[in-house]
Amino acid sequence: MKPGVLSKTPAARPTVSMPRLSPSGWILLALLPVLAVAPLVLPTYQVTLANNIGIFALATLGLVLLTGVAGMTSFGQAAFIGVSAYATAYLATVSAADLPGPLAWMAGSPLAGLAVGLVLTLAIATVLGAVTLRLSGHYLPLGTIAWGLSLFYLFGNLEFLGGHTGLSGIPALNLFGIALDNAETLFYLIWAILLLAVVATLNLLDSRVGRAIRALRGGQRMSESMGVDSFRAKMTAFLVAALYAGLAGWLYAYTQRFVSPAPFSLQAGIDFLFMALIGGVGQVWGAVIGAASVTFAKQWLQDLLPHLLGRTGNFEAIVFGLLIVLLMQRLPGGIAGWIAKAFERRRRPTGVADSLELPTAEPLPRRPMPQKGEVVLEAKGVTRRFGGLVANRDISFTVRAGEILAVIGPNGAGKSTLFNQLSCVDHPTSGEILFRGERIDGRTARAMAGAGLSRSFQHVKLLPTMSVLENVAIGAHLRGSKGVAAAALRLDRTEEARLLDEARRQLVRVGLGQYLHVEAGSLALGQQRILEIARALCADPCLLLLDEPAAGLRFLEKQALAELLVKLRSEGMAILLVEHDMDFVMGLVDRVYVMEFGERIAEGPPETIQTNPAVLEAYLGGVE
Amino acid sequence: MNLQIVMLLGQDGITNGAIYALLALSILLVFTVTRILLIPQGEFVAFAALTMAAMQGGTPVRLGWLLLALSAAALVMDSHAAWRRDGRIAVRRGPALGLAYAAGLTALTTLLPLADAGVALQALVTMALIVPLGLALYRVFYQPIAAAHPLVLLIVSIAVHVVLVGVGLLMFGPEGARTEPFSDGGLRLGMVMLNSQTIWVVAVSLALILGLYLFFERSLYGKALRAAAVNRLGAELVGISPELAGKASFALAALIGSLSGILIAPITTIYYDSGFIISLKGFVGAIIGGLASYPVAALGALLIGQAESFSTFWASSYKEVIVFTLILPVLVWRSLSHHGAEDEE
Amino acid sequence: MSAPLLEVTDLCVSYGKIEALSNASLRVGEGQIVTVIGPNGAGKTTLLSAIMGVLPSRGRVSFLGQDGQSPAIQDMVARGMSLVPEKRALFASMSVEDNLRLGGFRFHSRSKREQDAAMEELYVLFPRLKERRGQMAATLSGGERQMLALARALMGGPKLLMLDEPSLGLAPLIVREVFRIIAELRSKGVSILLIEQNARAALRVADYAYVLELGRIAMEGPASQLAHDPRVVAAYLGMAGKHQEMLAS
Repeated sequence: MKPGVLSKTPAARPTVSMPRLSPSGWILLALLPVLAVAPLVLPTYQVTLANNIGIFALATLGLVLLTGVAGMTSFGQAAFIGVSAYATAYLATVSAADLPGPLAWMAGSPLAGLAVGLVLTLAIATVLGAVTLRLSGHYLPLGTIAWGLSLFYLFGNLEFLGGHTGLSGIPALNLFGIALDNAETLFYLIWAILLLAVVATLNLLDSRVGRAIRALRGGQRMSESMGVDSFRAKMTAFLVAALYAGLAGWLYAYTQRFVSPAPFSLQAGIDFLFMALIGGVGQVWGAVIGAASVTFAKQWLQDLLPHLLGRTGNFEAIVFGLLIVLLMQRLPGGIAGWIAKAFERRRRPTGVADSLELPTAEPLPRRPMPQKGEVVLEAKGVTRRFGGLVANRDISFTVRAGEILAVIGPNGAGKSTLFNQLSCVDHPTSGEILFRGERIDGRTARAMAGAGLSRSFQHVKLLPTMSVLENVAIGAHLRGSKGVAAAALRLDRTEEARLLDEARRQLVRVGLGQYLHVEAGSLALGQQRILEIARALCADPCLLLLDEPAAGLRFLEKQALAELLVKLRSEGMAILLVEHDMDFVMGLVDRVYVMEFGERIAEGPPETIQTNPAVLEAYLGGVE
Repeated sequence: MNLQIVMLLGQDGITNGAIYALLALSILLVFTVTRILLIPQGEFVAFAALTMAAMQGGTPVRLGWLLLALSAAALVMDSHAAWRRDGRIAVRRGPALGLAYAAGLTALTTLLPLADAGVALQALVTMALIVPLGLALYRVFYQPIAAAHPLVLLIVSIAVHVVLVGVGLLMFGPEGARTEPFSDGGLRLGMVMLNSQTIWVVAVSLALILGLYLFFERSLYGKALRAAAVNRLGAELVGISPELAGKASFALAALIGSLSGILIAPITTIYYDSGFIISLKGFVGAIIGGLASYPVAALGALLIGQAESFSTFWASSYKEVIVFTLILPVLVWRSLSHHGAEDEE
Repeated sequence: MSAPLLEVTDLCVSYGKIEALSNASLRVGEGQIVTVIGPNGAGKTTLLSAIMGVLPSRGRVSFLGQDGQSPAIQDMVARGMSLVPEKRALFASMSVEDNLRLGGFRFHSRSKREQDAAMEELYVLFPRLKERRGQMAATLSGGERQMLALARALMGGPKLLMLDEPSLGLAPLIVREVFRIIAELRSKGVSILLIEQNARAALRVADYAYVLELGRIAMEGPASQLAHDPRVVAAYLGMAGKHQEMLAS
């Protein structure tokens, strides 16, 4: 489902082009009247159930963002709810006399409870996030299990929090004079907050920050090279999830009117993850679907199974566990994922000229370009050792503006190692690399992203489920600055329009202007490689580093690519390519640099290289 | 705090630490061979302990039914896979034998009066039930997704753990249990009285570790398992199938787990859901070992045992908080040494 | 020529929209060394993976008269096909001897004496490995690792040995030694399918050769003939259509 409440989709018949609602917009429109009426018609116990669903959905929404979108499995969401719930409960039940003087006003105040709950949750999340989010792969979920358990045991052991019995007797919620003391009135509050959170999340995902977060799953190396601060993106997702948990905790305290450690245990944390998985962890609405399905199913199982089996027991656990295993084996996208796929099959977007649909925007500022012929990149005696192995020895060359240099050589020549150093993924053991006169060896890829140096990847790295336009817009990440709040509140539209317009401009420049809103994964490989170049161009570079751009392309695709590179060269771009495909290289580039066993064996225009005996020897193999 | 108390606590620490070390080794083994974090490891421990208790107490032994159910599921899945591949339903020898074995053993444990059988025989029967359980778990839950992303495997592990705990409640009820110590008396070492069960735990643990060491270093099958962990493609190229390696590692994990359960059952009261916390400490040990080094993992687990023992003395209610909060700096240290690892899919 | 050991007919492999291999046909006879040469990216590794059954493919692969492959590598190994992949896939943290023993895992039920005898036979062919039998595989040089990979594959007693770029990353002198051993293997009754980028070395040792270019078999013929064919040079250096007198200089 496309993010964004209101988004323009291509009209099926291009006669009328007016804004249409995205699927999420329709869902909201349909939900509002139902929600408005529900508490008035349903019996109280069902309204209570709906309240629980709403609170769980809020917590699960955080997990959808954190796990589904950003790819970080967390079992600690329940613990965060606990932090906020306890803070709220404590402040609601403590007497003013027990609080230090300046804080005495907080006693009994729901708003103070909300504020303290959120602040405390976010503070703890910041500390835990700083520690846990730097962990990779398996360590992350294990870390969340660890502190989830820690917090749980803490709740049960601190005397002033009531120990294992918890805190009870929380007075009814009274906000600005309105008493929210029964299920019906709380229903409106809970669902209002939930829907606002859903809209905020949808907005967040449809923004510059959102793209950075969406790139975390499977595209970190790529987005870092475009300048995205992955750690910051992770923290953002983590803190937003913690915020939602904090809100859920406050609501929980005032709904249940008592808190104890049990609902914030690791088991509860596992339950929330299960809700997210069943509902569809990659979809925002999956949170609501999951919370609702699991809650209803639990009720039903708790009533039904003991009758069926003639005994009491914790059957729901078994059923849900098995369901999750089945889900992971057969339907990893959950319910919402399955629905989304079903819809997409019918609504495959065609490559209709969508460029007309985007609002025009003021172009982004550009950096001053070097003169044609000016040295843009210079390698001086670059040497890279790995222990005893010398992968690159004393490599020196220059690349000028308006010129294409190809680095070629047989397998194992050290081309990839060289490329990594030029793109600042790796640094030389000795020697210098200068970009427009400044040394860049030793700097990080992320630092270089905004400096005018852009790269493509040997194996195409893009986000296949994101649209072409959005993939390319990641390249312009550093040319924008709007953050989380602006994104959630939709205050970033002007900047966003400029960023998307830049992406559109580059896509038109490279010849992919008809594919703006198509899923990037559905493009042919040749087009995907050109997409990578468009993305690199979005960073406003004066040097392009291309890693085997012709690999795997068919003849016509290679022709298109060559034409593009010629055009970029004539516009003054400096281009360095590492390539294997001789046909492609020889007809295109100005100069060739040939490597073998880590060293230069020849350098010069293509014609001299093709007749150079040392080159022939290297390629065909010498075994005399 | 005098020397006597230190010795007592130390003894406690070693006893628990030895078990945690065994579990840490088991978790490492499964992880290196299959990339699976065996969260259900603790259930092997708890189920073994409770089954022993059931035998000794004369109450019905229900574990056989779980084995039976899983063996049947394995048979069905196997036949289904054969049908999809070759177009006809075939019942292969392996799963059929497994089912027969499960049926036989269930009958045995239901009919025979095991209460009088003596600890050794009871332990043997318990392990005879749990080791095939490990095999069946792999076949039914993990084999279909063996090549999936490790986080999917983790989620399935959590789910399997949840299912097993639920089934555990059905099989063993909510009450905790303890078994008879293997032998009475103890050993006097200077001014410290060494509990006999402690000696059993340490002795068996050492023997098991030695046995595992010899298996991995000397036998072809042990080397094959190591090879599967070191280089999966290479192992396949010499004829070691990943399924075989997976099943073998799970069987070993079940062996180690059940032995651990049998060893601590006389010392600690075990409930149907005690397994998880115990195995979690094994996980901490494995993490200290960087999910790669066996000796460091074992040592780490021993340290955790000691840390737990001493915190019980000083701040008993906060013992879990301390232990689990300690994981965090370890995790940070570990992932710093793995700097640059990415989550690319 | 007797009935071929391996017969591949019209093999096609596609990755999504890319056709990596189109209608490739080749055969390896008993006791033959057949080589497939071609520039990087031509699809050589794809060809091997498809024959092994690892990659899904269309077309026919017949080994020892039996059609069809299994996606499980162990099944092909059990039938007598062995592969030394580009990355060697050695057990780096285990000793040379352990690597070899594991190479014979297929015969795990035979006695230790038989296993040892098989190893001794191989040590005759690879004296350098015998010297280093207790060393960890990761500490071997590039050439020694290649030999270990070869020896390990041979421990499985294969009828067909498939080698993926054995000269990769090796200095010319070592390449010479590796290819000398490959030539000797023919006398041991092992048929070899050799994938190589180093055209000269491959053509010197092989009986028959195929040139793979952009996923298609562009040329084939007896190796000695192809060694002097200018079109081979053209295929490698991207001068399609240009005939140069560039021969073995």
